[in-house]
Amino acid sequence: MTAAAERRLALPRRMGVVRLGRGVSLRWDRRSALVCGLLVAATLVLGTVAITFGEFPITVPQIVGAFTGAETSEAVRRIVLEWRMPRIVLAAIVGAALGLSGAVFQSLTRNPLGSPDVIGFTTGSYTGALIAIIVLGANYAGTAVGAVLGGLVSAAIVYLIAWRRGVQGYRLIVVGIAVTAMLESLNAWLILRADLELAFAAASWSAGSFNEVRWPVVAPVVIALAVLLPALALLSRPLKMLELGDDAARALGVRTEANRLALVVVAVLLVAVVTAAVGPVAFVALAAPQIGRWLSRAPGVALLPAACTGALLVLGADVLAQRLLAPAQLPVGLVTLCLGGVYLLGLLAREARRRMT
Amino acid sequence: MTTGPTPELAARGIRVGYDDRIVVDGLDLEIPVGSFTVIVGPNACGKSTLLRSLARLLPPASGAVLLDGRDIRSYGVKEVARRVGLLPQSSIAPDGITVVDLVSRGRYPHQKLLRQWSREDEAAVTEAMAATGTAELAQRPVDELSGGQRQRVWVAMALAQRTPLLLLDEPTTFLDITHQVELLDLFSRLRTDAGRTLVAVLHDLNQAARYATHLVVMKDARIVAQGAPSDIVTAELVLEVFGLRCRIIDDPESHTPLVIPMVGVH
Repeated sequence: MTAAAERRLALPRRMGVVRLGRGVSLRWDRRSALVCGLLVAATLVLGTVAITFGEFPITVPQIVGAFTGAETSEAVRRIVLEWRMPRIVLAAIVGAALGLSGAVFQSLTRNPLGSPDVIGFTTGSYTGALIAIIVLGANYAGTAVGAVLGGLVSAAIVYLIAWRRGVQGYRLIVVGIAVTAMLESLNAWLILRADLELAFAAASWSAGSFNEVRWPVVAPVVIALAVLLPALALLSRPLKMLELGDDAARALGVRTEANRLALVVVAVLLVAVVTAAVGPVAFVALAAPQIGRWLSRAPGVALLPAACTGALLVLGADVLAQRLLAPAQLPVGLVTLCLGGVYLLGLLAREARRRMT
Repeated sequence: MTTGPTPELAARGIRVGYDDRIVVDGLDLEIPVGSFTVIVGPNACGKSTLLRSLARLLPPASGAVLLDGRDIRSYGVKEVARRVGLLPQSSIAPDGITVVDLVSRGRYPHQKLLRQWSREDEAAVTEAMAATGTAELAQRPVDELSGGQRQRVWVAMALAQRTPLLLLDEPTTFLDITHQVELLDLFSRLRTDAGRTLVAVLHDLNQAARYATHLVVMKDARIVAQGAPSDIVTAELVLEVFGLRCRIIDDPESHTPLVIPMVGVH
């Protein structure tokens, strides 16, 4: 066997290695890279198409012109760059963050149901936002802070109840579902005791929406992600090792509990930050990691495909939300909820077929 | 194979337990460098617990596990993982992972953020798969393999870690007799050919007596006897530890003690 053939044998077929000399070497997954490239391209195309939609029709050359400065109409430039761009950028960012958060939780719990929607963190964010709106009469920024705190507090509660000499995935899910149920009744009570006007504001926040999104809403999310994404990149290698089980991971030099706690904090913050910005966007954190994994056929967790799938999913859902009953605008959370229902039905049908054979 | 000098691993008066149940109590043990040490004993005698605390998976309530004379907890976790490897009783293969991908994860303690796949990683993975006869399975998904093949893959992962010391927690459980013997022969070769020190927990007393160079016999959280199998395995010891009446004869193949249970006295 030649040396090259032997080296190929020592490397998973789908892996590529980049060597930069001086002991620097990086591994990458060819199939995941291809899938992510295609998903990003599809997101860009869909984003461009989405800019053309709306009461004021805009053509693709006008969009290109707005970016290059060749477009002379001030109105067109404003609509493209200040009104429609932030919405599309935020939709993609929100989707990516939800996809990543879901992928982390599904990997930690080893369960496709282990997503932040199911285990209470999204509901907790809503509780935080409700308390801010109804009890404290907070403005937009106050609501966002309330949502982040609500997500963190509910995560801490779930984590502490589930803790027993470390946290096991199954316990986390069962405890999370129970806490979700309690928080939901708390949310219902908060809305019922509120003034009609506040209750309406709270209810419309709860559907999750990109309507009226401008750059000032996008900026804090981008800043938060600029911190969270590098942290997640550092934690992604221990996350892969945790998939082998705690004993094997520890034997290979991973601080299992410290890494798991750090991963939970980062994943909860990802959900909390985007929920604070746009309200709850259901099911993306549940479905995106599974679809991303299915596309990339990656073993175990696949963070990047989950992020790219999430971005495309939320952007697509937002386009549907704008166009389905145009000119009436639906909240994007409603669309993802419906898509999520279809996804769950598909999952159940597949499970049922597997049982029968 | 470059695994570095073998560190000395020892337990000094360790007390280990789960919640309030003490499973290992005030136990001293030194692993002879270059040995194939096998720990045996009846169920629930604390042998796996002892191994797990030697591997730093269970911190002792009192006493200490020493690596080269220093408390093992004073080292960095990755540093320990470069010197002491463990084949745990149960590990999880991520869905759809291929053999070579799993084996290459054994290189984790040698890797860094910017050194994800060195030539040495490559050599260690190739060598580990060759030693365990898993090279031809390299690109197959682990979930499609038989139990015996799968265990060889996990052994390959532990070998790819290239630790001079390797701890094995019941490595032959759930395997048929042929795969058990294959695996134990492999461990023996790792000691004689590659100069590794091995510590295993085994269920089968006869296999332990055949393969161990140093046998540790435990009962009720304590060590009852230790030494070369031919020096310590006697009918009295087996009766005391396992409550089994037996005769000890010479194994005609390996000339080690062979335990023959008596008929009709139990």
